[in-house]
Amino acid sequence: MKRYQGIIIGVVVLAAFVLFNSAYIVDETEQVVITQFGKVIRTPVTTPGLNFRVPFIQRANYFPKNLLAWDGDPGQVPTKDKTYIWVDIFARWKIVDPVKYFQTVGDMVSGLSRLDDIIDSSMRNKVTSYRLVESVRNSDRPMDTFKSTEAEGGEKQSQYRIDVGRSKITQMIMAQAQPKVSKFGIELVDIKLKRINYVATVRKAVYGRMIAERKQIAEKYRSEGRGEASNIRGDKEKELNSIQSNAYKTAQEIQGQADAQATSIYAASYGVDPDFYSFFKTLEVYKETMDKESTLVLSTDSDFMRFLKGIEK
Amino acid sequence: MNWDWDKLREKQEQYEKKHSTGGGGMPTPPNLDELLKKFKNFRFPGGILVLIVLFFLFFGTSLFFTVDVDEIGVVQRFGKYDRITQPGLNFKFPAGIEKVTKVKVKRVYKEEFGFKTVTGYSNTRFSDDNADMGAALMLTGDLNVAIVPWIVQYRISDPYNYLFKVKNVTTILRDLTEATMRTVVGDRSINEVISKREEIAVDARQRLQAELKQAETGIHVVTIEMKKTNVPEPVQSSFNEVNEAIQEKEQLIYKAKKDYNEAVPAARGEARRVVKAAEGYALKRVNRAKGDAARFSDVYKEYARAKDVTKRRFYLETMAEVLPKIGRKFVIDSDQKNLLPFLNMQGGAAPLPSVKGEGVSK
Repeated sequence: MKRYQGIIIGVVVLAAFVLFNSAYIVDETEQVVITQFGKVIRTPVTTPGLNFRVPFIQRANYFPKNLLAWDGDPGQVPTKDKTYIWVDIFARWKIVDPVKYFQTVGDMVSGLSRLDDIIDSSMRNKVTSYRLVESVRNSDRPMDTFKSTEAEGGEKQSQYRIDVGRSKITQMIMAQAQPKVSKFGIELVDIKLKRINYVATVRKAVYGRMIAERKQIAEKYRSEGRGEASNIRGDKEKELNSIQSNAYKTAQEIQGQADAQATSIYAASYGVDPDFYSFFKTLEVYKETMDKESTLVLSTDSDFMRFLKGIEK
Repeated sequence: MNWDWDKLREKQEQYEKKHSTGGGGMPTPPNLDELLKKFKNFRFPGGILVLIVLFFLFFGTSLFFTVDVDEIGVVQRFGKYDRITQPGLNFKFPAGIEKVTKVKVKRVYKEEFGFKTVTGYSNTRFSDDNADMGAALMLTGDLNVAIVPWIVQYRISDPYNYLFKVKNVTTILRDLTEATMRTVVGDRSINEVISKREEIAVDARQRLQAELKQAETGIHVVTIEMKKTNVPEPVQSSFNEVNEAIQEKEQLIYKAKKDYNEAVPAARGEARRVVKAAEGYALKRVNRAKGDAARFSDVYKEYARAKDVTKRRFYLETMAEVLPKIGRKFVIDSDQKNLLPFLNMQGGAAPLPSVKGEGVSK
């Protein structure tokens, strides 16, 4: 009995060891390719759970099954309108055929570098064949831009009109890259332009342009202000002149009518006896005009003084 | 982690209590010789116990786990998704069979783009600063450069997708967010980017949510919050200049309006004054005319009765009234013809010899 104990323990340990080596776990995020002496056997295991293989001989090669990220290095690309830009692109991909992937690529690092080459070149290809604005804009949504002059407005909008747009360009990049990566068992789920920026020298020029544009807009506002102010001042002068002249006109009319009325009243009244009027009025004028400063020289011929020389004449 | 060890120790103590009489060596510092002797003696049931205890020590600690209130536990059996456990104490098969991943589903996570909240204790952040400024620098639809920093707040809405469908969810979230924000900004002019941040945030949130759903990330975007959008530093002054020019324009207009308002209503009043004055003149003129006429008519009526006498009377009465008022008076004989030129008109008092009668001043 005691002799067998060692053997039993040995067998149990060995069995446990073999079992441990033959069992493998496939995670939700993984898929496994079983190889035997480096050769792929059986279809790949894609359902997660506990699985078994022949120990020691067969090997389990794990590959991710979930969505993977690929982030390109930002690269300098000229656009069709000869503007140099930095383009940073990223993609999401999946290993759809782990066997192919295992055979052609092997590990994750080389998979990413394959993607580097392929996606980068198709990105350059497409971005270069379109104007910058096509990669920037996604739709022809009307934009609220300052109009520097009235006539320029329409032309400016059309300058930013696009035929293709950002998402179509990325679709084209994908369409070009997809066949090339299919042979690695890779499916591109999505490619997107992450960042597009001017390269440093272009940026400086763009800043210059932006400043000039703003200055011109500022000048326009100022001049508009001056123009409008002058207009208001013109209104003011016009209004003043109109008011004043109208008032003068009305006043003159009123006065004229009054003068006319007065004249006719006088005429009607004095016309009865003009001689008496002149006599009567002259006397009144004497009263009003003679004062201390006046010097009167009267001849004895006058009606008033004639009696000085005698009663009878 | 602490309680794991506590549990372990507890078990150890329990075991030792139980087996202290049986001399069972749960191993604190086991003497190798002793151990060997024991194996040689081999008491089978004791050996089994040792194995069981080892087994429990190895796996027992991973039999239960706690899930906090703001999280849930996702349990995988042999790698395969099995179930979701709710907050509280939960049990599972030991390590190697079942694995639990806790996901904080109620927490709102935050990702910052284009700026860093200053935390102050980490120097490594400085190295990130430049790279992160790049996230905010973007091209607008009219090919200008804008600086657009923003924050995304998100929650994990589907732990299954979050854990299993996508590798490096945060990376993808950041990439997608940047791409989405640039798509939205790329369709807007620099003016809109600066003045319509709310609109951009709403649009970006919608698009981002759609992208994240399509990518099966299991993430729900709570909100996108735009920080202050701006233009690059070298251009800022010229943008301010435009704002100033707008102010200046309005100021000029207001000033002109002020001048207008200063003058025109006053002029209207003045015009009314002029017209009223004319009306007053007219009234005065006519009334005077009427008065004069009435007086004349009355006088004439009397005069007509005795023309000669009345005329003389008027004359003399007037003379009586007028003469006393006159300063100097000379009476000259009608026969004297050449005297007048010699009169001292400047009021010398000396009476001239040729004058007959008196030169009386008053």
